[in-house]
Amino acid sequence: MSEARRFKDHHREERIFLSRLIVVAVLVALMMGVLVMRYYGLQVTHHQVYATQSDRNRVHLQPIPPTRGLIYDRNGVLLADNRPSYTLSVVRERVGDLEATLELLQRLVDVTPSDIDRFYDQLHQRRRPFEAIPLRYRLNEKEIARLAVNEYRLDGVEVDAQLVRHYPYGKLFAHTVGYVGRISEQDVARFDEDDFKRYSGTHSIGKIGLERQYERILLGQVGHQNVETNARGRVLRVLDRTPPVPGQDLVLHMDIRLQEVATEAMAGRRGAVVALDVKTGGVLAAVSVPSYDPNLFVTGISFTDYNALNTSLDIPLFNRFIQGQYPAGSTLKPIIGLAGLHHEIVDTDHWVRDPGYYRLPGDDRLYRDWRRRGHGPRVDMKQAMVESCDVYYYDLAHRMGVDLMHEFGARFGLGARTGIDIPTERAGIWPSRDWKRRARGLPWFPGDNLNMAIGQGDVLTTPLQLAVSTAALATRGVRLRPQVVQSVGEVPQLAQVDDVVTLKDEHWDFMFDAMADVVHGTRGTAQGIRRGLDYRIAGKTGTAQVVAIPQGEEYDSEALLERHRDHALFVAFAPEDNPQIAVAVIVENAESGAGVAAPVARKIFDAHLRERYLGADSGGQP
Amino acid sequence: MSTQDFLRRLPSMGQGFGRRDRFQQRFHVDLLLILLLLLTAVFGLVVLYSASGQSMPNVQRQAVYFVIALGTMLTVAQIPVHVMRRFAIWFYLGTVLVLVLVLLVGVGAKGAQRWLSIGGFRFQPSELMKLAMPLAIAAYLSQRMLPPVFKHVLWSLVLVVIPTLLIVRQPDLGTSILVASSGLVVLFFAGLRWRYIVGAFFALLASVWPLWQFVLQDYQKRRVITLFDPEQDRLGAGWNIIQSKTAIGSGGTSGKGWLQGTQSQLDFLPEGHTDFVVAVLAEEFGLYGILVLLGLYTLIIMRGMLIALRSQDSFGRLVAASITFTFFVYIFVNVGMVAGLLPVVGVPLPLISQGGTAIISIMAGFGILMAIATERRRVTR
Repeated sequence: MSEARRFKDHHREERIFLSRLIVVAVLVALMMGVLVMRYYGLQVTHHQVYATQSDRNRVHLQPIPPTRGLIYDRNGVLLADNRPSYTLSVVRERVGDLEATLELLQRLVDVTPSDIDRFYDQLHQRRRPFEAIPLRYRLNEKEIARLAVNEYRLDGVEVDAQLVRHYPYGKLFAHTVGYVGRISEQDVARFDEDDFKRYSGTHSIGKIGLERQYERILLGQVGHQNVETNARGRVLRVLDRTPPVPGQDLVLHMDIRLQEVATEAMAGRRGAVVALDVKTGGVLAAVSVPSYDPNLFVTGISFTDYNALNTSLDIPLFNRFIQGQYPAGSTLKPIIGLAGLHHEIVDTDHWVRDPGYYRLPGDDRLYRDWRRRGHGPRVDMKQAMVESCDVYYYDLAHRMGVDLMHEFGARFGLGARTGIDIPTERAGIWPSRDWKRRARGLPWFPGDNLNMAIGQGDVLTTPLQLAVSTAALATRGVRLRPQVVQSVGEVPQLAQVDDVVTLKDEHWDFMFDAMADVVHGTRGTAQGIRRGLDYRIAGKTGTAQVVAIPQGEEYDSEALLERHRDHALFVAFAPEDNPQIAVAVIVENAESGAGVAAPVARKIFDAHLRERYLGADSGGQP
Repeated sequence: MSTQDFLRRLPSMGQGFGRRDRFQQRFHVDLLLILLLLLTAVFGLVVLYSASGQSMPNVQRQAVYFVIALGTMLTVAQIPVHVMRRFAIWFYLGTVLVLVLVLLVGVGAKGAQRWLSIGGFRFQPSELMKLAMPLAIAAYLSQRMLPPVFKHVLWSLVLVVIPTLLIVRQPDLGTSILVASSGLVVLFFAGLRWRYIVGAFFALLASVWPLWQFVLQDYQKRRVITLFDPEQDRLGAGWNIIQSKTAIGSGGTSGKGWLQGTQSQLDFLPEGHTDFVVAVLAEEFGLYGILVLLGLYTLIIMRGMLIALRSQDSFGRLVAASITFTFFVYIFVNVGMVAGLLPVVGVPLPLISQGGTAIISIMAGFGILMAIATERRRVTR
């Protein structure tokens, strides 16, 4: 040690050290310079770039979905509202490993494979970046708690309260109000640029019924807010906000009490009921039974549920009153009768002999009356109405011919869509020579006239059309467009006149009287419902032969037999002296219009008139 | 003599302050250095308050660490330099032993095994090596002829390589760089011949490929790749750099103001209170803040170099210069990596980044520096 020291040259060591220190000092100075240059470059030269980047980083434009408009019945009863529901949604951009996250979520809460499928569907649709995609709706308390506990390993997973459509009366209004559902690929395919904006933040869209028809009005306008978020997407602060404009509320003509009465009166049978306010064309009740619970569709219906609905023999998803096309049967006789009177083919004194059948001149074929032994030797129009004599009408139709019948019937709305504010309405068939050539490739045969007059053959009508034409009778020729919605927001929807049929008063009087006798006359086909009536009902029964089973599938034989029976129909308005309400009832495979369909109408009339116009006994609600 | 001559040429730093000088001598402190360290640390606490999401407990804990570190520094400063020299090699050997232990029974975090847990107290032995390394090599070389001959250089390199490899294996690239540089710089100051340096430089270039292929861990490679192309993995590996550059750049000349940095306050900046704290500073205090920080550091480094220069023997000179230079490497690597100049290797910003071990080891280093600065001068040479 000391030897080593002895040889050390301290001065040289110091000199070397000093030179090295200078080198290092220069090096340090240079490197410090490099750092300063670098920061100068970032902070001064490129400041603008990074400042913009930083702003973009923290500020996100978020859409605020508007609150969907509510739907009320005429009494202010809420038929469609929005309920807060906890929704689990995922922001793809913030999730590292999506599959792992979904797997974890499946373990934490009840997420079905179809939820996952729907999630992926929506993920692959066009959407804005960082938009949350719902995975599960209606989380319960336990699930929310479980998600909260695991939040630390669920980046990009959000639980938030969203408003979800709810239909408090479920089945009762499914076919009128309809439902909203998740925006599907087909919906998106119809979207234009504005729609993408309109629906940002909104996950549901009206699929059917009023929800679809009034979609724009109910939807409202989307709002926006700029929010400051952290890197994990948590919103820290709202910077500015354009509030959404909530959708407008709808008030319907519909009366929940009538709807309930009508549904109850159907007593579990299949069929449809439409009740119209003859003064406004407002739809007071519209029933298609069996029905379904629209709430099932709101957040996505499960495959099993949908399958059950879709394959049911009773086709509950089928909206019978606008899509069901039934032979009108004898319910058209008032219109045919008026046509005969108007065109002076017959007068009210004209009579025919009814031996139980009718034979066209030069034809061996017998056209049978529904009553085998006939209605007697001298049947005039009134008796033919009251007893529903077919032979009289065969004779009338033969004399009148298809052209006059078609033209006259069309003015009562037969064979055309009524224009009701519910989508997917069908037009039915009100035949003409033209129509037959086009549709069947055949000329019009004289026998076709006879079938047409009793609403058989090719004639198909929807229950709504029957109600509309009956209402047009009740107003003495003023055909109003049926409307479900009474007012949008605060703005009333005006009644719309589609046609005015001008006839002689005596003809109207005669037909009103005849129709009233159907119910009140001792031989009236619907006299069974007259007991206890303190107002007069003018109506017409009908029985429609089932030509084909709608959407025939593999029915077991017993069901097949049952479904081959005739449909029972009844159309009516009341009170006869001051008509307020027109009703059309069809009960599938119930055979007797008088026995089954008419009582349904009676119950509706009672419910509507007793309280509102007769002031009398039913005294329940104010 | 020649040292004295040199000092006379720098009058303000001479020995003309009799009373204060005696005080400093007696208590083995360097008041100027302490003042600079205090200023930097206080600045650090201010930044940390903002960077930790305005968490007072965090700041308090860091302040406590700083006080402990200050105590450590003053304690270390009392150790006579000749004692340090004598025990340097044992300190070194002991630390190597502990590093081996870490690999065997260490505690892990984030895929690395760096910690040793003793009675609930966790500490990082690689921090000790930052001190043991320069002490050992300086002790070794100062007893040999300087500039060192090839054989002594080789032995020194062995002393450098063993702990470096042990730390790389943990793996902790950042610390191993600091440890290696603290040893190599001693060789440099001892007068390592330029031809060795140039030769080593080329050898290093040639060894890049095997290093890349066999030594570096995947996460380290990713960091290097990320440095050169951070856009490649925006939300993954590149996120840190992109976000810190955004923070720095958006700060501009005068910054967004204290507690106003959106990048840091809104959690975009990861590790904002530890390795990336300088980005918070740059965002909130702007280029001015950076200049102040680097200015303070430069003053500390100048003070350290002066102490080295004034030291009476080779051991003191080498140790003081090495500690000072390592301090600079800390700064350069950290400040450079946050700005995207260097790979993200996990080096804290000295005196500012949150964390106890690092600040204690750094302050202990300054303790050694003070011991050297206040070593009683021998009257004669």
